[in-house]
Amino acid sequence: MPIKLPSFRPRKDAYPPDLWTRCPGCSEMLFNKQLDKANRVCPSCNHHFRLSAAARLEVLLDPGSFRELDAGLQSVDPLGFVDQKAYPDRVVAAQVATGMRDAAIRGIGAIEGTTVSICVMDFGFMGGSMGAVVGEKVTRAAEDATSGRMPLIVVSASGGARMQEGTLALMQLAKTVAAVERLRAAGLPFISLMTDPTTGGVFASYAVLGDVNLAEPNALIGFAGARVSAGTIAQELPPGFQRTEFLFSHGFVDRIVQRAEARAEIAALLRFLVPAPAGAEGADEGGPTLFRPMSFLSSLADRMIGEPDPVPAAGTGQSEESPRG
Amino acid sequence: MVDRLLGRGRDAEHRTAAAPPSDAADPKRAVWSRVQLARNQRRPRTLEFVAAMADEFVELHGDRAFGDDAAMVVGLARIEDRRFVVVGQQKGADTNENIRRNFGMPHPEGYRKAIRVMELAERFRLPIVTFVDVPGAHPGPESEERGIAEAIARSIGLMSRIRTPIVAIITGEGGSGGAIAIAVGDVVIALENAVYSVISPEGCAAILWRTADEAPTAALAMKMTAADQLALGVVDLVVPEPGDGAHTDHAETARRLRAIIIEQLDRLSAISLESLVEARYRRYRSLGAYTETTEAPVAAPPSRGLADRVRDLLDPGRWPAGVQVPGPGRGRDEPPAREEV
Repeated sequence: MPIKLPSFRPRKDAYPPDLWTRCPGCSEMLFNKQLDKANRVCPSCNHHFRLSAAARLEVLLDPGSFRELDAGLQSVDPLGFVDQKAYPDRVVAAQVATGMRDAAIRGIGAIEGTTVSICVMDFGFMGGSMGAVVGEKVTRAAEDATSGRMPLIVVSASGGARMQEGTLALMQLAKTVAAVERLRAAGLPFISLMTDPTTGGVFASYAVLGDVNLAEPNALIGFAGARVSAGTIAQELPPGFQRTEFLFSHGFVDRIVQRAEARAEIAALLRFLVPAPAGAEGADEGGPTLFRPMSFLSSLADRMIGEPDPVPAAGTGQSEESPRG
Repeated sequence: MVDRLLGRGRDAEHRTAAAPPSDAADPKRAVWSRVQLARNQRRPRTLEFVAAMADEFVELHGDRAFGDDAAMVVGLARIEDRRFVVVGQQKGADTNENIRRNFGMPHPEGYRKAIRVMELAERFRLPIVTFVDVPGAHPGPESEERGIAEAIARSIGLMSRIRTPIVAIITGEGGSGGAIAIAVGDVVIALENAVYSVISPEGCAAILWRTADEAPTAALAMKMTAADQLALGVVDLVVPEPGDGAHTDHAETARRLRAIIIEQLDRLSAISLESLVEARYRRYRSLGAYTETTEAPVAAPPSRGLADRVRDLLDPGRWPAGVQVPGPGRGRDEPPAREEV
């Protein structure tokens, strides 16, 4: 409904920014509703705008399949950190602006029928920075995937660790990576989707460690922010430095995926990377007893006996897929 | 080449600014003088420590993939009958050595060298002792091309699951991702004047205060001293330094560290590998403070009503360019936050 009323002001004011967005890729003026409908991808130059966590879940998951977990996790202020604004005030301001409690949402959902443990970050909340809450959500997502024998999907969008939580934020690198290592030892797939931007401590921990690393086109992905590199070592930076395509050409990204195709790509990968039966690998790993020690055999047994599956979340999708593949 | 110049400038600063941390009245100055002590160029480095405390040391070189990074040293060491693997960053003692050792900032091959020798430690059932002293991993284009983030993440991952005891010691600067990459341990020890932070105080100040001159303020706010880290639970033990700091008495500092290393290696070697790895997982699992509320979710931002939209249409100039418009979905396309590790 782009109703155009006659305007008495100069042309450049005719695009109120809550209705129109200028595409940084091609400078086209895009009508926000249409942009949202196109999942915030510029129809003329394919520039991928940033996406909120909620919109991302909508794009990736089967409609209505998402069940959020740990929605109540809330940052505290372990250092009593004050810069020009106190840390708790920054958190509250971000909560009001985004309607989120912190920079990540996690839960259980389905991608083309396959149940997955998923954690999605939101750059809009304090630059998607990883403090204890984000670290905890990623860790719990990995632990749930391990115990429930589900694939893990993490969509990253973050400037890095949250400075206001000091070294406790740095420790989230170790915490999340340790959980991802346990997932790996248990023979479960981890697909990491990197979006604009994925930098610093998030890139240098779980985001880069996917069994398969996917990235959206032209996303900023790197360890030290380009400004840090440029500032501290004052070298000429190569063109396209720290963009998806740079990472791809240096071998750190498996596939560059268009937003509209991400869901199908992940679904295709999951048809190959079916969780190994529990106990097949790393039998001494994984701590708590798993739901179904031999998921394929027991689901086969379930079907032969004709009993309903008692644990709907435990990878039934995969075991039904596997005879075909 | 400019990095060399910058580094040389920093060296000069180190020589002049090595004041003892006696400014009890001014916490900012006290913290900053500790940062200067941690960066003091005469402070003992990994190789000095190992030479002073070990009865035998064989350095190993190369990551078997790209090269040998002189900013990261690894090797086999023995104290009495305890054999272990040493991994540590190495800054230079003078400008020439600093250039050779890249000011103690490892490239990816440095971390891959560490990974390689830690895997060797696991195979031969040798415990690992790491010496952490790094301003940060090297942040240049060649580092990014060769995957500095991947090397760091792999190193953290290996250390989180490796089936051998790890003693990690922060001896000087614990700079961010470049530090944690070799600082995951069963016990984490810090020297009294060591510092540990998620980002350099200069970087933090540049981002949050918009000027690097506020670095002492940022250093105070980040609680980066060894004592603060002990209180946060990031560090388990703090080893007092002799005199006015480790740089005034290398031998005594090494002697104290040696005693701690012996004590910790003996303690850890008595624990079964299963419980050791599980306890290490729990140690990092529990770091980070948060609460869990059952309150109603945060209210979504008010959606903009019809009246607002009509007003916008009639008066397009209401939101001048650059002003953030309330409502969902906006404000996500501003330049990336600079909250890098």
